[in-house]
Amino acid sequence: MLTYLVRRLLYAIPILIGVNLLTFILFFFVNSPENMARAILGGKNVSDAAVENWKHERGYHLPRVWNGKEKGLGTLTQTIFYQKSVSMLRFDFGHSDRNNLDIGSEIRRRMFPSLAYAVPTFVLSLQIGMTAALLVAFYRGTYLDTVVLFLCVLMMSISTLFYIIGGQFLFGLVLKQVPISGYGDGLSAAKFLVLPVLVGIVGGLGGSIRFDRTVFLEEIGKDYVRTARAKGLSERRVLYVHVLKNAMIPVLTTVVFSIPFLFMGSLTTEAFFGIPGLGGFTIEAIGSQDFAIVRAMVYLGSILYIVAQIITDISYTLVDPRVRLG
Amino acid sequence: MTAAAHGNTLAAWLDAWGFMLGNVAVVLIFAGIAWFASSVLPREPWRSACRQLRHRPMAWISLILLCLYALVGILDSISWRDALKDEQGKPRRDATGRIQLEPKPLSILDRICSPLRLQNEKTYSAPLADRQFSKDLVKDDTGRSTWVSAPLKYPGTHLLGTNKVGQDVLFQALKGVRTALVIGGLGTLIIIPFALFFGVMAGYYGGWIDDVVQYLYSVLASIPGILLIVSFVLIFGRGLAQLCIILGIASWTGLCRLVRAECLKLRELEYVQAAEALGVSRPRILLKHVVPNLMHLVTISAVLQFSGLVLAEAVLAYVGVGVPVDVGSWGNMINNARLELTREPVVWWNLMAAFLLMLGLVLPANLLGDNLRDALDPRMRRR
Repeated sequence: MLTYLVRRLLYAIPILIGVNLLTFILFFFVNSPENMARAILGGKNVSDAAVENWKHERGYHLPRVWNGKEKGLGTLTQTIFYQKSVSMLRFDFGHSDRNNLDIGSEIRRRMFPSLAYAVPTFVLSLQIGMTAALLVAFYRGTYLDTVVLFLCVLMMSISTLFYIIGGQFLFGLVLKQVPISGYGDGLSAAKFLVLPVLVGIVGGLGGSIRFDRTVFLEEIGKDYVRTARAKGLSERRVLYVHVLKNAMIPVLTTVVFSIPFLFMGSLTTEAFFGIPGLGGFTIEAIGSQDFAIVRAMVYLGSILYIVAQIITDISYTLVDPRVRLG
Repeated sequence: MTAAAHGNTLAAWLDAWGFMLGNVAVVLIFAGIAWFASSVLPREPWRSACRQLRHRPMAWISLILLCLYALVGILDSISWRDALKDEQGKPRRDATGRIQLEPKPLSILDRICSPLRLQNEKTYSAPLADRQFSKDLVKDDTGRSTWVSAPLKYPGTHLLGTNKVGQDVLFQALKGVRTALVIGGLGTLIIIPFALFFGVMAGYYGGWIDDVVQYLYSVLASIPGILLIVSFVLIFGRGLAQLCIILGIASWTGLCRLVRAECLKLRELEYVQAAEALGVSRPRILLKHVVPNLMHLVTISAVLQFSGLVLAEAVLAYVGVGVPVDVGSWGNMINNARLELTREPVVWWNLMAAFLLMLGLVLPANLLGDNLRDALDPRMRRR
């Protein structure tokens, strides 16, 4: 187990370096600091001195990968690549381009509202999706099955924006049950989070019910189910005890895919509902073209994805004793 | 963000010729469909799949709806510029005697819908209304001022009402069809060759090629899709053509993974082994035996990818990295109208038009994808 964990973490390093190189090439070769300065300072009418000054303040005046003016190690360390990209490998995200915010402390502060939204959404949608899918699998081949399947496709075909705007309109404006947007400290945040969580669950429900149903039906066709039925177990018991346990592996595999989606979904949801989390932070950064923040968020997103992948692999051993990591 | 601000020649070129790329895309898509229909459909398992689809009304209805959208898209894609007319109605010429053209090309759809396009009101009006939506303070003959909603210039002609600046909502929504089709279609067309090439190479050849490809898509897949797209757009600028390429590059990894897994299976099958034993060259095996057997996977995920991209367009517009604001798209419509539900009384027709037209495209695509999957999957067929 431990050796497996170490190996997985070691395997994550080249991936992170790859992400790092990709963002570096994108932001500093395809797009130059010169362009960034002009985009932020505004248009073409900026004097060269102002651009140089801006680059100096943020350390973008250094050469990109190789500094010939320095000696020894300085040729490598006095460069944008070392100072802006390699430092990210040490989780040092630097400062934002526009307001000179410390991105690392911003992330630590804004992490909690994001988690307060994402964790309930994630747990509840998993729970509701699986329960509904089991129910549909129980009634497979009936009229109910057909209707629910069509409803699922319908729900998948509706834009997330519709759920957000519609939810705000219905629950915030017409029924006046919850505030439309905003956020509070501590427990008072709960009433602000009800609607975003609800919207998050409803938005992903169609896809997850459909996928889980397919997995359950695949399992139902297997021999052990026939055996279980043959020994006289009720259909309910077969489904809830035998099929559910065996279907966990494919379901868990989709969990890893849904974690980045959680990040992506919360990007729009957070901005719409005014939750001061990482998604809202990113949207603001995109709006003000703050490349440093976007770079940091790309990197953070890929770290989250890799961590989620490792957790998924470990959870395989918990649901299936045949899986041994090593 | 304009391309000029970036000083990027590629972006500038795309800005200038982006609309032509759309036309080229339409031709390419139809060439692809024609090729698909003529060369692939008569073969198994497509023949039996078609036979199956014949008994599924849902598949037919979806296909007809998609064709309707495609028709609107084509009508809006073939465009040309009119000559500028002088006062006597003759074409205006410049100093060298060349006929001067309008700055903007007009598509066939623009020409068909010219009443809708040109009959603009001042501001909001409800669907089929004959008066303006808002009331103005007007003094009547006796000097008393009353709140009156002014009559419209073209009463009863706006089937879905007008938007904030008085443009016809139905026309705006129809203009969004082409944008959605180009983003979904061109994006998918870019994904397929990428995913197919890398997936087949990795799955069939294995070894270091497999390692490299796996590394490539692990890196790309580990970046949350929307952030990857956002950073590309921030750098290459906004534009329909750029967005298609970016969406394509950012989302080929899923299909690549599928193709690679399928190839690993196909490589071990008897007919591929037999072909190798008979000394058929590897490229020939790939083209004749492996790729045709991947086409069902590719088709299904292409259809689903298409609907995903259409939905993504709206989200990107909201985030502020979608198609340029002057290009008609459902994302831009929703983005502009997002505060209209908080108005009193509510202005709902803008949002409804955009969401309904989007649903009308995405739902048939998803249903068709589902039906195709059922018809092509031998396990489903037996059931």
